[in-house]
Amino acid sequence: MLLYTLKRILYVTPVALGVSVIVFLLVHIAPGDPLTSIMPIDATAEQQAEMRAAYGFDKPLAVQYGIWLWKVLHADLGNSIATGRPVLADVSRAVGNSLILASVSTLIGFTFGTFFGFVAGYFQNSPLDKIASLLSVIGVSVPHYWLGMVLVIIFSAQLGWLPPTGAGPDGSGNWRPDPEHLRYLILPAITMSVIPMGIISRTVRALVADILAQEFIQALRAKGLSEWGVFKHVVTNAAPTALAVMGLQLGYLLGGSVLVETVFAWPGTGFLLNAAIFQRDLPLLQGTILVLAMFFVFLNLLVDVLQTALDPRIQRS
Amino acid sequence: MPIVEVKNLTVDFGPKSKPVRAVAGVDLHLAKGETLALLGESGSGKSVTLRSLMRLHPKSARTGGSMQVDERDVLAMPYGDLARYRGSIVSMIFQDPGLALDPVYRVGDQIAEAVVRHEGTSFKQGRARALELFERVRIPSPERRLDNYPHEMSGGMRQRAMIALALACNPKVLLADEPTTALDATVQIQVLLLLRELQRELGLAVIFVTHDIGVAVEVADRIAVMYAGKIIEEGPCADVIRAPSHPYTKGLLASRADHSFEKGARLTAIPGTPPDLATLPPGCAFAPRCAVVLDACRNSTPPPALISRHHFARCIRSEPAAARQATV
Ligand SMILES: Nc1ncnc2c1ncn2[C@@H]1O[C@H](COP(=O)(O)OP(=O)(O)OP(=O)(O)O)[C@@H](O)[C@H]1O
Ligand SMILES: [Mg+2]
Repeated sequence: MLLYTLKRILYVTPVALGVSVIVFLLVHIAPGDPLTSIMPIDATAEQQAEMRAAYGFDKPLAVQYGIWLWKVLHADLGNSIATGRPVLADVSRAVGNSLILASVSTLIGFTFGTFFGFVAGYFQNSPLDKIASLLSVIGVSVPHYWLGMVLVIIFSAQLGWLPPTGAGPDGSGNWRPDPEHLRYLILPAITMSVIPMGIISRTVRALVADILAQEFIQALRAKGLSEWGVFKHVVTNAAPTALAVMGLQLGYLLGGSVLVETVFAWPGTGFLLNAAIFQRDLPLLQGTILVLAMFFVFLNLLVDVLQTALDPRIQRS
Repeated sequence: MPIVEVKNLTVDFGPKSKPVRAVAGVDLHLAKGETLALLGESGSGKSVTLRSLMRLHPKSARTGGSMQVDERDVLAMPYGDLARYRGSIVSMIFQDPGLALDPVYRVGDQIAEAVVRHEGTSFKQGRARALELFERVRIPSPERRLDNYPHEMSGGMRQRAMIALALACNPKVLLADEPTTALDATVQIQVLLLLRELQRELGLAVIFVTHDIGVAVEVADRIAVMYAGKIIEEGPCADVIRAPSHPYTKGLLASRADHSFEKGARLTAIPGTPPDLATLPPGCAFAPRCAVVLDACRNSTPPPALISRHHFARCIRSEPAAARQATV
């Protein structure tokens, strides 16, 4: 298993490199000069050239990439053009906040999703199944920024139970695990949990239905197991796939929550990306996307290793 | 007192308005230590009959008639008793052990699980029992094999493990649903011999479903031939083989004679196809395919006619063996 893990890490390295190239190029392919936004409108051609040289934009792309990668490998993502602060500091704080939000959302989504999925899979075509299916369809199809606003209207504006935006009472961009900060987490987490809930419940329903239709389930009953005993086998069989889906959902939420984070002014990566795009803050954009992409690669690796550890049918060689 | 006694068993699937009658009035009896072979084409209701004895059908299935097994009324058993009965009084070997074992559990653990469940032992004792059983069914290097997952075993070894699982809690009745069909020819014979040996040693009552008359003759004391959910001929092995009475049985034997050296040849040599169980004709279900059909055959289901002491057939042309000999 250890050998397998090392092997997977080895395989992932070129993927990570490829990702870094794409992230680097992505920003350069985007139209518009990244420096225009910070240069005075009446800057002369000389001043522009000077500025370009200062940021290294005058060198060939390959060289620029080499320099950039070298710095990245030394934990230097450059400084934000807009604020001048080190990108790494901003990104890591945002990633921390997003990770909290995404993990809690995935956990909520996973808990309810597996529950609905199991109920629907066990009682196929019953009213319970219909209700669970309806909930999951709503979950994946309701626009979640809209749901976020509805929740804010009900629970913040009308009832005044929960704060509408931000990550904490002091307005600082740092979420901390204490009761006061927890209140800020509730609405965005519920909003974001709806999509993984829908997806996980549908996956688990199909998975459970498929497992229950297999002959070994009948054989388990034939050897005298109670329904509870059979259920344990169903769970063990469903676990690898269900956990893999959960891991991937976590990855999506980590980077794909621009809208929800913006609605709730949650100081995470989505919020940061939004700001970086609108301010054409190239180093910040690059740094954020790179870190998110690396997280995704890492999560995939984790899911892969976990699934292999849980499912004996997957060859470990 | 037979250990298994089935009377007028019926099993319906599908909606009540248009039921599929997979088993249409089966009577069976089996004494301790006896082996009955259940023979018939695909779809004739053999597996459904077996599963009825363990009440393994989906809830939507409707079962009628009565079944007594080891002095228990199978259909009347409450759920808890049923779970205790399954595996400890009656157990089942499935056709394809690759599908019938849980793919993500170690085989040894699957056996131990059954032992723990029925005998209340510790898991460790269950594993020890599994090891004994593996030795008994002659799985090579049994200790190591206990830790295998099903996919790590060959087909023949898996079927041996399945047999070990079925015997784990000393059942009195063994239901074997085509236990060798999914195996290679040479492995088939080994597994068959093993089953016969265990049956004799343990004094098991066995119902053995098969397509293969050769196999039936090899293992069984009696043969019952099924067609469209009914047993249409039944009798001691030798009698049925030597003097088949129902045209369907005759057809089976004839097809067997043509391919007598092809092991596992499917029984498809009779012209025509098995009837649709949802729209059975009122008379004999075999009438549309029968070469010697009479008008009367289409009117009502023929009752069992006794041919010799324990040998009967559901065919209006059947005559007692003595009478037949007289006319020849
Ligand atoms: N769970 C079920 N739901 C609906 N119909 C079923 C079910 N199980 C069996 N049947 C039907 O009952 C009939 C008899 O099936 P059965 O499996 O007993 O045949 P068999 O004699 O064992 O055939 P084979 O040799 O192919 O195993 C078939 O027409 C089958 O479609
Ligand atoms: Mg069958």
